[in-house]
Amino acid sequence: MARMVTTRNKVISTAAAWLVGFLIFFPILWMVLASFKTELEAFAIPPSFLFFHWTTENYVTVQERSDYFHHALNSIIIAGGSTLIAMLIAIPAAWSMAFSPTKRTKDVLLWMLSTKMMPPVGVLVPIYLIYRTFGLLDTRSGLIFILCLGNLPIVIWMLFTYFKEIPKDILEAARMDGATIGRELIYVLTPMAVPGLASTLLLNLILAWNEAFWTLNLSTLEAAPLTVFIASYSSPEGLFWAKLSAASTLAIAPILVLGWFSQRQLVRGLTFGAVK
Amino acid sequence: MKNVLCAVAGAASLLISAPSIAQTTLTVATVNNSDMIRMQGLTSEFTAKNPDITVKWVTLEENVLRQRVTTDIATKGGQFDVLTIGTYEVPIWAKKNWLVPLDKLGADYDVNDLLPKIKDAVTVDGKLYAAPFYGESSMVMYRTDLFDKAGLKMPESPTWDFVVDAAKKLNDKAGGVYGICLRGKAGWGENMAFLTAMSNSFGARWFDEKWEPQFNSPEWKKTLATYVDLMKQAGPPGASSNGFNENLALFSAGKCAMWIDATVAASMVTNPKDSKVADKVGFALAPNTGLGKNANWLWAWSLAIPAGSKKVDAAEKFIAWATSKDYTKLVAAKEGWSNVPPGTRTSLYKNPDYLKVAPFAKMTLASIDAADPSHPTVKPVPYVGVQYAAIPEFQGIGTQVGQQFSAALSGSTTVDAALSAAQSATEREMKRAGYIK
Repeated sequence: MARMVTTRNKVISTAAAWLVGFLIFFPILWMVLASFKTELEAFAIPPSFLFFHWTTENYVTVQERSDYFHHALNSIIIAGGSTLIAMLIAIPAAWSMAFSPTKRTKDVLLWMLSTKMMPPVGVLVPIYLIYRTFGLLDTRSGLIFILCLGNLPIVIWMLFTYFKEIPKDILEAARMDGATIGRELIYVLTPMAVPGLASTLLLNLILAWNEAFWTLNLSTLEAAPLTVFIASYSSPEGLFWAKLSAASTLAIAPILVLGWFSQRQLVRGLTFGAVK
Repeated sequence: MKNVLCAVAGAASLLISAPSIAQTTLTVATVNNSDMIRMQGLTSEFTAKNPDITVKWVTLEENVLRQRVTTDIATKGGQFDVLTIGTYEVPIWAKKNWLVPLDKLGADYDVNDLLPKIKDAVTVDGKLYAAPFYGESSMVMYRTDLFDKAGLKMPESPTWDFVVDAAKKLNDKAGGVYGICLRGKAGWGENMAFLTAMSNSFGARWFDEKWEPQFNSPEWKKTLATYVDLMKQAGPPGASSNGFNENLALFSAGKCAMWIDATVAASMVTNPKDSKVADKVGFALAPNTGLGKNANWLWAWSLAIPAGSKKVDAAEKFIAWATSKDYTKLVAAKEGWSNVPPGTRTSLYKNPDYLKVAPFAKMTLASIDAADPSHPTVKPVPYVGVQYAAIPEFQGIGTQVGQQFSAALSGSTTVDAALSAAQSATEREMKRAGYIK
């Protein structure tokens, strides 16, 4: 009897999970479907779900009108570059704050977070002027720099909370066994921090990939990533839903695939600590 | 080894001494609409005639573009050589010396062929600061079949009383047809474009001669009350989130008996590829109340050159090409007369080929002629602009007021409360900007 209830519960909870998952996924599915419709069908009321005339003409138009690979490459370089640099700076910073905190550590952490409290548009003009003076407008390095700075507080905070979860006793035990600092870092700390590092890396990559304020405002042509590519397909006067959906599908495809493959690390990293 | 070195040196000297054509690369910033995309596709025709010029395009949604281009021009960032701007920006930017006057468009450009109202809108102190690429006004689009069935006849220049009555009569919610579709989405270029133009026809104005906001006037009350009442009785549900695109979809699907919006919509609702009612659409001037002003706006997307550009000559050459009569002919030859950019040149409206394929041409021209940016209102005003006041503060104020009016439409506030909130918000902003004390 008890077993039957468990099975039934399992079925119900699985169905519920699928339903919630489907609801969350629905906007993306809808976008993908719309990208295969004609402009008229994409706007039709009532909308057609699966039974419409499937067409790939939107993808052809989008590729004809703008160079997807140029934008995608820029996105990869900018998001990847800013993430790597942010990690290189954030790991030592978080490490030191987690394992040898001073009385100012808390203030420093709060101060770093406070830089995220100002809306970016407030500093747009000064940053634009600085970039103009140093010739950084419409360059990948300029965008890598600003995205790295923008995400750094979040990266440090995330890493700090992961590192803090690692019990100091384990480090002490290693030291008792005669491990040097180098060995302690490589053999004891790193394996324990890998899920945290991986999820921080991935989250930061997604944040940088999706960042639309600075990438739109500081790039023109050469360094323009996928956000600019999408922005060129939206319009308040005219029917552009199908083409916009095609452009958006192309823009999220790489990060979606990456997320798919690394979801195990992401989930493990985000729930790290709670399982202990 | 020596041979290799010689060869390299020889090749290098050849490269250095090779005659080179100095290439000028123009970066053109533009909005995403079908006319601009078409121009993008035809660029090769221009570069074939001007092999020393390369054209690169930055296409953005209009609000993103406005922010992007404003930042660049205000800081003299120099990222763009040709800008696509509207009639709202031209007078403001020209006064700030942000634009280069276009006085070398060439002998055969024929400036006087530009529609007078459109030309006025891009001229400041007698100088042309932008060349109009396409122009629009707004007008009534209505379903001739529904009007015939109800025994109604749309006059060429209807009054608001007629439009309100007709909307209520034609409203058939059970049959899925709403009497009238109008903009309701908040924004200075969304519902406020329509409502400001509508208020002009009711004798209202944004500011008096001393820049005092006028939302406490009886004329504004009548405008907003008429609008909200009409939309509640004969408008589609959820109208407070409808903009141009939503109404276009509703009208094209046959769900609106009337729609008052941009004249460029006419070519979309009469195109059988995109519209179910393509052969059943009639056109009329935007309504009035007999005070001498119609509820129609005026807008032109125009090409301009930012001050400080180092490529003025090439940019001006490009602008002259893109806004010339020859460009119109080029589009007609390649894609047909129905696809030429409308609303900028008198000659287009005399062209029999165009008039044959554009049943809306006559009413578009009449609508553009009926708008007067220099004298937009019944009572005198200190600003230019029909559906906006051409001051830098207007974007912010217009959107704040638009939110109040959108809330009045959705029913979350009353007409009186929305007007008094609009009045106090506008007063506050105008005081802050130093127009009034």
